[in-house]
Amino acid sequence: MADLLVEATELHKSFGPTHAVDGVSIQVPAGEIYGVVGPDGAGKTTLMRLLCGAMHTDVGRVVLAGIDMARQPEEAREQIGYLAQRFALYEDLTVLENLQFFAEVRGLPAKEWASRSREILEFVGLAQFSKRRAGQLSGGMKQKLGLALALVNRPRILLLDEPTTGVDPVTRQDFWRLIIPLLYTSNLAVVVSTPYMDEAMRCTRVGFMRSGRLISEGTPAELGAQMEGRIVELAGTPRTLLADLARADVDVEQVQRFGNQFHLRVRAGSAEAVVLRLGAQIAASGGSVESLRPIETQLEDVFIALSEDSV
Amino acid sequence: MTTAIQAENLTRRFGDFVAVDHLTFEVQTGQVMGYLGPNGSGKTTTIRMLLGLLHPSEGWARVLDYDVVTQSERVRARTGYMSQKFALYNELTAWENLTFYAGVYGVKDRKQVREVLDSLGLTPVQDRRVQDLSTGWRQRLALATAIVHRPGLLFLDEPTSGVDPVARRAFWDLIYDLSSQGITVMVSTHYMDEAEYCAVVGIMRAGKLLALDEPAKLKRSLPGPVWEVYSNPPVMAMEALEALPGVLRVGLASDHLRAVALPNVSAEQISQGLTAAGVQVAAVKPGTPTMEDVFMTLSTAVE
Repeated sequence: MADLLVEATELHKSFGPTHAVDGVSIQVPAGEIYGVVGPDGAGKTTLMRLLCGAMHTDVGRVVLAGIDMARQPEEAREQIGYLAQRFALYEDLTVLENLQFFAEVRGLPAKEWASRSREILEFVGLAQFSKRRAGQLSGGMKQKLGLALALVNRPRILLLDEPTTGVDPVTRQDFWRLIIPLLYTSNLAVVVSTPYMDEAMRCTRVGFMRSGRLISEGTPAELGAQMEGRIVELAGTPRTLLADLARADVDVEQVQRFGNQFHLRVRAGSAEAVVLRLGAQIAASGGSVESLRPIETQLEDVFIALSEDSV
Repeated sequence: MTTAIQAENLTRRFGDFVAVDHLTFEVQTGQVMGYLGPNGSGKTTTIRMLLGLLHPSEGWARVLDYDVVTQSERVRARTGYMSQKFALYNELTAWENLTFYAGVYGVKDRKQVREVLDSLGLTPVQDRRVQDLSTGWRQRLALATAIVHRPGLLFLDEPTSGVDPVARRAFWDLIYDLSSQGITVMVSTHYMDEAEYCAVVGIMRAGKLLALDEPAKLKRSLPGPVWEVYSNPPVMAMEALEALPGVLRVGLASDHLRAVALPNVSAEQISQGLTAAGVQVAAVKPGTPTMEDVFMTLSTAVE
C-alpha cells in the first residue's frame, strides 16, 4: 500500500443552516489523482478549502502526510500545493519575482530557491519568460505560473480547485500533460475538482458530491458500470414526434437532445424493450428512424443521474 | 430574408496586433452557430464588432440586414447578448433585474416581460435576490435579460463556462427552443461536446477563421483517420506517439490518447513504433472523429 497522503475523516462544515460539507471522508494515497465532481453548490470548493486548511472543520479530521491539520496546521499546510480557479498573482512582478515571493512565504530556504525556481520554470515551460511581468502573460501561461507557484516548495499533495474552468481545450490538455507525470516523478497525491467529465475520466478514482455528501465513489469504470445499458440513442424525423413518443414511454426516465439526436435514459434492463416498442410506435405514427440503439454510457450520463438521484 | 449575419473581410487591429483578421462568413436565420477558438483568438472581438460596439478597422458586416457601423443602434435593438460574466444586479430580485433590462430596451409591456420569465421557468425564483440564486439560475436569468426584447439574433459568449453538466444540458434545451422559434444564435464555447450540437461551427485561431461548416463535414475534413491509443500510463506515451512519422496531432482523451495520422499510417505501425520507443501498448483502435479532434488539429497546426 502506497503512503496515504490525504486522510479526511467525517468532515463537517456548516454556514448558518447550510450543511456545505456533511460527513465527507476521503483517502488518497501517493501516486493517485482523486477527482471531486458534483453539481454547483454540492460542496466541492468547501471540501477543497477544508483540505488545504483555509477553513476549519466543525467536526472531523484532516491528516496530510501523517500530520494532523488541527494539531500542527503550519506543518500540515507545508505538505500542500494549492491552485484555485482564480488564483493570486502579482501582476506587476515578473515571473521569477512571483516565484521568489511565494517560495519565501512557503518557507523554502533562501539558498535553495534559485535552483528550485529554474527547475520548476523549466518544468512548466516558462523558463524563457522568467523576466516577463505576470500581467503580460497569456491566460495559459498564467495558469502555468500558478502551477509553478503551487509546486515551488515541493509539496507532497496537490489540491486543484477547478483549475481548467473557462480554459480552451488546447490549454487544458497542456495543463494535464504537466500534472499526470508528477504522479510518477514526484509520487504526489492530487485532489482535483472539475466540471469536465473527460477530466474526471482521467482520475484514478472519482468521488461524486451532492448536497454536501459524498454519494458515490469509485474508479471511472466502476461509476460508469452503474448506468450500463441505460442510455438509448434515438435519431430520425420528425423530431418533435420522436421526442413526444419517447417522453410518453413508461420505461424512459429522461429525454435529452444532442444536436440531431436524442439520448434516452431508460429504466435498468428495459433498453431492448424500449428499442422495440418505440421503433414500432414511431413507424405507426408515420415517423422514420435513423438510429435507435443502446449506446455506451458516458460519465456525464452517470453525473446527471446521480445529480437527480436516479441511479 | 435568410441571412442573419454577413461579414466580409471583417478586420480589427489594436496597434500592430490583428485581433480579427479578414473574416468572411454568413450565418443563416434560425441557425445555431458555434464559435470556437483558444483564448485570445478573436472571438469576443468579433462579437463586439457584430454588436456595433467596436468599429472594424477594415471590411464590413451586416447583422439582421443592418450595417453594424452606420446602424449600430438598430443592430443592438434587435440582438441580445449574454456573456460568461452575467451582468446582473446582485441586490435586486430576478424580477427587478428583468424589468430593469426591459426598461433599457424600451419594453413597456409587462405581459411580455412576464412571458419571458415564464418561458425560461424563472417564475418560482422571481422574488429572490440574485445573490441568493445558484449559478444555474443566474445563468438562466442572464439569458432572460438578453431576450426580454425578443431579439432576432442572440450572441452567447461562453454562456456555460463553469456550469455543471446538468445545468449545461438544461441551458442547451433553452437554446434549441429559441432556435426553433426562428432566433439565430451565435455561441462561443470551450466545450467540444457543445460544438457537436451546433448546425455550423466556426473555428478561430490567431484572429483567422480557419473553418466554418457543419460538424459532420468538419470531421470528414480531417487530414486522416483518428486512432485511439491505450497504454499505461497514457501521458508517458504522448511524446513517443508525437514523434512517430505520419502522426499529425496527439491529444489526451479521457483515459487514453487520440492521434490524427496520415491515411497511410496503420495501427500496426503505431503499435510497433511505440513498442520500439519503450512504451507498453495495450491497444490501438480506429476512433470516430470528434469535434475535439478537429479543434485540436486546426488550432495547433503549424503555420
